[in-house]
Amino acid sequence: MIEKVLKGSPAFYIWLLFLGGIASLGVFAYIFQLKYGLTITGMSRDVSWGLYISQFTYFVGVAASAVMLVLPAYFHHYKKFKKMIILGEFMAISAVLMCMLFIVTDMGQPQRMLNVILHPTPNSIMFYDMMVLMGYLFINALVGWVTLEAERHDVDPPKRIKFFIYLSVVWAFSIHTVTAFLYAGLPGRHYWLTAIMAARFLSSAFASGPAILLLLVIALRRLTGFDPGREAIQTLTKIITYAMAINVFFFLLEVFTAFYSGMPGHQHPLTFLFVGHDGHASWVVGWMWTAAVLAILSLCLLIPPQIRDNERVLPWALGILVIASWIDKGLGLLIGGFTPNPFETVTEYAPTFPEILVTVGVYAIGLMVLSVLWKIALDVKKEAGTF
Amino acid sequence: MSTTRRQFLKIAGLSVFGLGASTALDAADAVAKDMPGAKYEVGGKHLAAKRWAMVIDTRKLESREDYARIIDACHKVHNVPSIPTKQEIKWIWTDKYDRVFTDDMSQHLSPAVREKDYLLLCNHCENPPCVRVCPTKATFKRADGIVVMDYHRCIGCRFCMAGCPYGARSFNFGDPRPYLKEVNPAFPTRMRGVVEKCTFCSERLEVGLLPACVEASNGAILFGDLDDPNSPVRKALAENFSIRRKPSIGTQPGVYYIV
Repeated sequence: MIEKVLKGSPAFYIWLLFLGGIASLGVFAYIFQLKYGLTITGMSRDVSWGLYISQFTYFVGVAASAVMLVLPAYFHHYKKFKKMIILGEFMAISAVLMCMLFIVTDMGQPQRMLNVILHPTPNSIMFYDMMVLMGYLFINALVGWVTLEAERHDVDPPKRIKFFIYLSVVWAFSIHTVTAFLYAGLPGRHYWLTAIMAARFLSSAFASGPAILLLLVIALRRLTGFDPGREAIQTLTKIITYAMAINVFFFLLEVFTAFYSGMPGHQHPLTFLFVGHDGHASWVVGWMWTAAVLAILSLCLLIPPQIRDNERVLPWALGILVIASWIDKGLGLLIGGFTPNPFETVTEYAPTFPEILVTVGVYAIGLMVLSVLWKIALDVKKEAGTF
Repeated sequence: MSTTRRQFLKIAGLSVFGLGASTALDAADAVAKDMPGAKYEVGGKHLAAKRWAMVIDTRKLESREDYARIIDACHKVHNVPSIPTKQEIKWIWTDKYDRVFTDDMSQHLSPAVREKDYLLLCNHCENPPCVRVCPTKATFKRADGIVVMDYHRCIGCRFCMAGCPYGARSFNFGDPRPYLKEVNPAFPTRMRGVVEKCTFCSERLEVGLLPACVEASNGAILFGDLDDPNSPVRKALAENFSIRRKPSIGTQPGVYYIV
């Protein structure tokens, strides 16, 4: 099926070339990082993780979100999702690849990364995270490829693949739970030390991941005419709405616990993010309020059925939701965890230009992989008459 | 059951591969045994303990020079660079009371206690979160309670820095060597991309010396076996009121402060 990549419109190749250009800028910046070290980033002794790890976290969520198509389709036999499901699985593949790239770019000694396998350490959550991510990549590649191959030959997928499909559902939950455990098990980080972290991760993933998927599918419909079906879009939007409402609810639970209990350690990260701490208002404050307002706004646009089902409003509502969830999880979560630092003081973090360049480069690589995979899927669908 | 030619070849091939692999492994083992560093022997002069611990008598440390002498002694002997940015490296340093003992903020501390500087270093915890989270065992706890680093195994993921509740760890964001004024050839310098921290001077204990900070403190820092009731640390703890940093999080720090 890979040959489908070789036969495309000029526009497709210009698109790939454009992404390749951006990716090579990222690679260029990364070469600098290899030469000079992570000193070219905005990270510091006190804020020792930055944009790379936060993007890794965010895209684990995006990867996990494929389950929101797979679960209804295979557990509840919701046929309307069947047409779109391959797009979700292929998006998961590119998202997991991006996660792996973000991990590697964050390493101080990337050439030693096999040490994680050579010296397996079962007490480290990072060890499990590596395993579940690799496993999820394998499962999605296998399931996606086999079901697409079956679709091409107009036959039912082989029975044995069912096992992997069911496994992928459980696995999707596991990847984001384990990623949450990276954070939630650290005794000195107040903002992360919360039992609800994994639940927050999953709810925000199941809102933002399908929202990104739907935005891309809507763009695809414009560009190629591929229509996943009105009902499929509406159902997925309902799932996104519920997930986002739960996500906002979970966040408010954190706010209640921190402020009603009155415990300073629990309050400080939240006050730092929203008003500043110790007389120190950071640049994050504006971003966090933007996220809060956009989160509420997205719910206002998604909860009333009349607005939600209006396809002209929908892309805006989804876009707003994605921005809100990205700021919350791709920015605030990490910065709030490190500030205030273990000395209860504030060390500012802001990503540097090379750091942003590397990050955008990884986005571009992810989007390239996604474009190629989706092109294969759509061409096969065209041939098989399931477009 | 008849064996086809194909099956026979399969089994024969696998057997040969298995045999070859095991002989190769045996040969590798034999070579490794003769390599330098394959055997570890404890030196005759080494200092041993069941649980090394430190007591800092803050009453005996007063002037800026007291702290500078201690910090310099450590940083010089361990080739700790002085980097003037937020990406600094430090093994032992000072800060004020409310930043050292963050969960013990008496509202009306005596000004003398509040304004004083306190030494900070790795606590060599009984339950070190950094060791728990390290994905490569590059940081590990020795039988005598000291938490050490293997700079050659560290992949620079910095999970240990997120895990440490005491901010005791530093990362070599860039090459540290240009920031060294003079190099102590007896201790390795580090490369970029690895994490480092205080080692309780495990390399000095090995040759019968007390930690550099203890030696430079003129008796203000005590070092000894926490499991031995007659050790200087246990005696000091029995006679004085002492506190530790963040006791509520269950890490059981090995550094005690007499205030």
